[in-house]
Amino acid sequence: MSGAVAPQDEAGVAAAVAEAFAAGAPLEIMGAGSKRGLLRPVQAARALTTRALTGITLYSPHELVISARAGTPLAEIEAAVAEHGQQIIAEPPDLGPLLGSEAARTLGQTLGGVVATNLSGPRRVAWGAMRDHVLGVRAVNGRGEVLHSGGRVLKNVTGLDLCKLLSGSHGTLAVITEITLKVLPAPPATGTVVLDGLSAEQGVAALAAALGSPYGVSAAAYLPSGAVGQLAGLAASATLARIEDIASSVTYRTTRLAETLEAFGRPRILDDATSRALWRSVRDAVPLRNGNGNAALWRVSVRPSAGPAVAQAVSAAFDARWFLDWGGGLVWIAGPATEAAHTAVVAAAQAGGGTWMLLRAPDGLRAAATVIPEEPAALARITRAVKAALDPKGILNPGRMYVGV
Amino acid sequence: MIQQPEPKRDVLARRESIVAGLRALLPETGVIADALRLKPYETDGLPAYRQLPLADAVVLGLMRMNQILDIDYADRCATVQAGVTNIGISQAVQERGFFYAPDPSSQLACMIGGNVAMNSGGAHCLRYGVTANNLLGLKIVTVEGEIVEIGGAHLDAAGYDWLGLITGSEGQLVLVTEVTVRILRAAEGARAMLAAFRSNEVAGACVDAIISSGIIPVALEFMDRPAIHACEAFAHAGYPLDAEAMLIIEVEGSVAEQDALLDRLREICARHDPISMKVSSSPEESAAIWKGRKGAFGAIGRISPDYLCMDGVIPTSRLPDVLRRIGEMSEEYGLKVANIFHAGDGNLHPLIMFDANDPDSFARAERFGADVLKLCVEVGGCLTGEHGVGVEKRDLMPVQFSPTDLDQQRRIKEAFDPQWLLNPSKVFPLTSPPALAHAA
Ligand SMILES: Cc1cc2nc3c(=O)[nH]c(=O)nc-3n(C[C@H](O)[C@H](O)[C@H](O)COP(=O)(O)OP(=O)(O)OC[C@H]3O[C@@H](n4cnc5c(N)ncnc54)[C@H](O)[C@@H]3O)c2cc1C
Repeated sequence: MSGAVAPQDEAGVAAAVAEAFAAGAPLEIMGAGSKRGLLRPVQAARALTTRALTGITLYSPHELVISARAGTPLAEIEAAVAEHGQQIIAEPPDLGPLLGSEAARTLGQTLGGVVATNLSGPRRVAWGAMRDHVLGVRAVNGRGEVLHSGGRVLKNVTGLDLCKLLSGSHGTLAVITEITLKVLPAPPATGTVVLDGLSAEQGVAALAAALGSPYGVSAAAYLPSGAVGQLAGLAASATLARIEDIASSVTYRTTRLAETLEAFGRPRILDDATSRALWRSVRDAVPLRNGNGNAALWRVSVRPSAGPAVAQAVSAAFDARWFLDWGGGLVWIAGPATEAAHTAVVAAAQAGGGTWMLLRAPDGLRAAATVIPEEPAALARITRAVKAALDPKGILNPGRMYVGV
Repeated sequence: MIQQPEPKRDVLARRESIVAGLRALLPETGVIADALRLKPYETDGLPAYRQLPLADAVVLGLMRMNQILDIDYADRCATVQAGVTNIGISQAVQERGFFYAPDPSSQLACMIGGNVAMNSGGAHCLRYGVTANNLLGLKIVTVEGEIVEIGGAHLDAAGYDWLGLITGSEGQLVLVTEVTVRILRAAEGARAMLAAFRSNEVAGACVDAIISSGIIPVALEFMDRPAIHACEAFAHAGYPLDAEAMLIIEVEGSVAEQDALLDRLREICARHDPISMKVSSSPEESAAIWKGRKGAFGAIGRISPDYLCMDGVIPTSRLPDVLRRIGEMSEEYGLKVANIFHAGDGNLHPLIMFDANDPDSFARAERFGADVLKLCVEVGGCLTGEHGVGVEKRDLMPVQFSPTDLDQQRRIKEAFDPQWLLNPSKVFPLTSPPALAHAA
């Protein structure tokens, strides 16, 4: 966004927010802006971007920690840790192309944006979400005060955990200025066991067997035949279970896992290069990329065994494209940007006892829809009280998550 | 010294009415007969007195809410009441080869509700994470008495991360009555090895070398000489008594995978001039190795009936300096100390031995403990890694947090509990004014 304030340092962020606080003037908070289309549109005359707050401030590979300013491109951090054979554990997706964001293409998503939205990739099912690995944050609250929580050590229960509260709060509670993450060694090898042609129910049952096996499956997805498209190595619907480890263990574990899954079909094993490309596509929801640019996009999270029913329900309601990650529990859905389609997604998520998030839609639908579930009254009260505790004048990304918050 | 207040006359009068109220609520069971006996229940008796009410408060014991409500192997989760013990969950699912990952040493006694309140860790949290990383849902009761479900059997509920904020909040925000945890399938097998070193520095360097090699063992525990001696006398695990420092390293996988990893680990240890290395050759031997470590607090208790267990966290690379400084403090204060350390994640447990019959010794132990925690913060760590702030560390909070940080945390506390009724006088220092005006 042109005209966005782009402070050069944390003090600059604090000054800009303090000024907005004094004036009671809402600010749209963003990093590179690749996720501005998530959830509800923000009503704010001015924007503040963390884009100029860049740079890795600490990296201690043998202590498994990295700190960087919030505007640092995620790719820069990924490259820095890769140089030491390490990785960001939650495998955050790059949704730029899917969300059609020009900003993302040129700038790349920022670390702050990934943490503020708590978006995690396929490894989430086995190794935790983005928020699970946030060890420390520095941030500026809605009064313009600098806060910190957590630190640079791997364990910390001192005081309330604002790292988790701010992760996934979509910039509505504070502007995150610096983040410390736990990182881990990247396993040197990857392999995938694939079962072709199963129905979604069979596929998810096979994934439950895979995730319930002792072989340390690190990702488990189901792609219906419509989602397989041009993905290398796949033909019919694909049920996929990934192993990441040292090479000899990948060989051993994929073999044993394939034996375990023989009850469901004829398992094949995909090699390292094919596996990596495939899981990157799953991570970034590539199967949903093509199609009508106006189409809406949702992520529904339910208990894994309920995933197929969600897919079936939305497919019955509209022309849906979908696939399942997280053992069946994460349902990615693309469809028409209509209230009827959104209502069907909501109903399916509720029937599955889960949650949903509207990732992309035209502003009209975004403003009208419950983009995430409404909370029961008691929690909604606490949500408003916590919002007021951090952002008393409601100037940070007002309305992003809920009307009036 | 932390004193339990003597009840005043008007407090006792209130207790009478509380007892009467409870009798009316529960006519059959008659929970409490005598107002004077309305006192804290005890679970594990850790000297942080976490469940000790300092203000005039009613203690709610949830240990009778001990039912396992649901186990779902296909979706890999279990829903249990808050009073189920930590080990109780793993025991309930072990017949199918599953377990609940966080394994605090107190796991036989501590309850999952307490684990959530404290965000407890364990020896295996380097690989499997702490409580917060293994939860899916909670049933909570707000201070207004509303019952609310958070999360469920699915991952990453939308909205603010209540699960993450409540976990580790030490009962400051809500009461937890039910917990949905993730259960995991255990690896094919696990095996531990011991490596003994000539100094804390060398053992610390070996820890760095292991992590730098790309191997993350499922557990990586460090003990210094006094801890080794105390634990060996208790567990007869074959710990090396000639060593200054010892590592317990555990790996998982098939037997062949274990062998391959242990070979690499032995190679790394061999580069650090070890006195001895011993790979466990049987499940019994591995169990004995862990018995010594998990019984460490009890083992220290046998050589010194009174000790303070500290729980600071440091950047792992600072271990040698920090242990040296703790050694110096031990001389200065004239009190013995044994160190146990979750080496992979920097969580240090110095056990400071004192004599409770000697008030001066206790006063020194408290000052020693506070100095150790200040040192942890000074080198870039924190006051507590898993035991919580409670009462013991509340007045040290300003060492780690700025006044703005503390005020912000208090305002969040007030968003849940505007009148400061839940676990009063804990976590937040009593000194600073704004919010705590209510709490007094
Ligand atoms: C020998 C020993 C070894 C230990 N080892 C470890 C270890 O390895 N790792 C570790 O992390 N900790 C360890 N601990 C600390 C302790 O066991 C843990 O903090 C444990 O989780 C406490 O559980 P509990 O059921 O005993 O809780 P309690 O001690 O009864 O309560 C702890 C706190 O949580 C609050 N609380 C309890 N239940 C609820 C609830 N349902 N809702 C809201 N608030 C609640 C209480 O008010 C209190 O403030 C150890 C303690 C001992 C004595």
